[in-house]
Amino acid sequence: MRLYLKFFTMHLKSQMQYKTSFFLTAVSQFLVSFTALLGVWFMFLRFNEVNGFTFPQVLLCHAVVLLSFSLAECFGRGFDVFPQLIGNGMFDRVLVRPRSAVFQVLASQVEFSRIGRLLQALVVFIYAIPASGILWTWDRVVTLCLMIICGSFVFFFLFLVYAAISFFTIEGLEFMNILTDGGREFGRYPFAVYGKAVLGFLTYVIPLALFQYYPLLYLLGLETSRLYMLMPLLSLLFGIPAIAFWRFGLHRYRSTGS
Amino acid sequence: MQKYLAIFQIRFVNSLQYRTAALAGIATQFAWGFMEILAFQAFYRVDPSSFPMTLSQTVSYIWMQQAFLALFMNWFFEPEIFNAVLSGSIAYELARPIDLYSRWFCQAAANRLAKAVLRCMPILLVAFLLPEPFRMSLPASLPQFLLFLIAVFLGLGVIVSFSMLVYVTTFYTLSPIGTRLIAAVLADFLAGAIIPLPFFPQPFRTIAEWLPFASMQNMPLRIYSGHIAGHDALTGILLQIVWLTILILAGRRLMSRALRHVVVQGG
Repeated sequence: MRLYLKFFTMHLKSQMQYKTSFFLTAVSQFLVSFTALLGVWFMFLRFNEVNGFTFPQVLLCHAVVLLSFSLAECFGRGFDVFPQLIGNGMFDRVLVRPRSAVFQVLASQVEFSRIGRLLQALVVFIYAIPASGILWTWDRVVTLCLMIICGSFVFFFLFLVYAAISFFTIEGLEFMNILTDGGREFGRYPFAVYGKAVLGFLTYVIPLALFQYYPLLYLLGLETSRLYMLMPLLSLLFGIPAIAFWRFGLHRYRSTGS
Repeated sequence: MQKYLAIFQIRFVNSLQYRTAALAGIATQFAWGFMEILAFQAFYRVDPSSFPMTLSQTVSYIWMQQAFLALFMNWFFEPEIFNAVLSGSIAYELARPIDLYSRWFCQAAANRLAKAVLRCMPILLVAFLLPEPFRMSLPASLPQFLLFLIAVFLGLGVIVSFSMLVYVTTFYTLSPIGTRLIAAVLADFLAGAIIPLPFFPQPFRTIAEWLPFASMQNMPLRIYSGHIAGHDALTGILLQIVWLTILILAGRRLMSRALRHVVVQGG
């Protein structure tokens, strides 16, 4: 942990060297999700609700997904660029060092410019938390925190799977984007909007709905069972196959180095 | 003219090489389009009467958008051009007996076209075969289809000439990342990449429809889906021509000014 903190400050210092570049990247990150938000807003100016959810309620969803994605990307960036590490053979150096591979990849990159997106998620929260008409009792506050924390972990596991695939393919697979970037983009609406089949897939296969849709029902008082409150914890189970897959890939790894 | 055709051809064939990448891209775009349609359907169920396009027009819009993603996305730039400016190899480019603006224009257009050609067929084929609410419809008539084809090529021209402006700013800023992303994000939104322009509330919609960005994907996709037809389509195409001319003239002017003071980077 102390070592990670050291890496963390190191990355912070190095990225602060290029302030303009950092600032512009952060601004553009902000803009990317801002236009998505604008799209949602435009839709709600025309339609008052979707699947029974109002604008502030949908925003709550949007902010949870955005915040967890940005956190996962900020810390898990190393896995996002992992295919390059495999491609140029640098991963061999990771393997000879006396620390776990996951730790080293994790520490190899921290992307602070994601703060642009993070900030936006916070602004949306500030608007949506009072506007959603939810009575904020302690259990609902806990639910919201669980949604964000578990969401970050699920996105992080997705990055891990994405990285692990490149053990086999050497290159990154564009298809995984539908689960990571797609999860972020389509998570702006409660997943039930997309129909039963998609909701089922996002519950049992890739558990994005477990930290977004079901606990939202609890927040809104549509479901009172505590089970819905604790659903996000269940989504952490996705970590088991994700880590197992990573281990399997690591085991099978053959260097491409030169 | 012949040399530009040759550049076009080289780039085109070169881009056709990456077939596996295209396959992964097709799958992604297909899933993406599906999710988009499902979201729009959810809104449609709420209130069909406030839907500004018919559902099948929206579906066609989305499938065409996914199929021709490479043609119409603003964030898709040529790294090679940025590198030429940043690394100093621009010097070689300038030594060639070829107009730089036209060369880069051809290169960018050919790359986009090749990517799109490779990717559009499978997506369109499946989209035509899907069961009903998801199925893509054919254009209303043959003239409508011809108008669509004209609008596609003009739209491609507008996009490329817009990205040329971004390339030219690299001469001044030397740090393409910021301007590039910001320009791309705004242009994409105003071109109807996130939600089609008819879904914009007034007065945003009218403003957006007059901006050059509306001449990018908005025009061809709406002509294809039949949302813009007849007289309106002709006016739209005229607007595209006007913007294309303005953007090319501005780009050429800016570039010749930049080249007068060009500093060759690196050694």
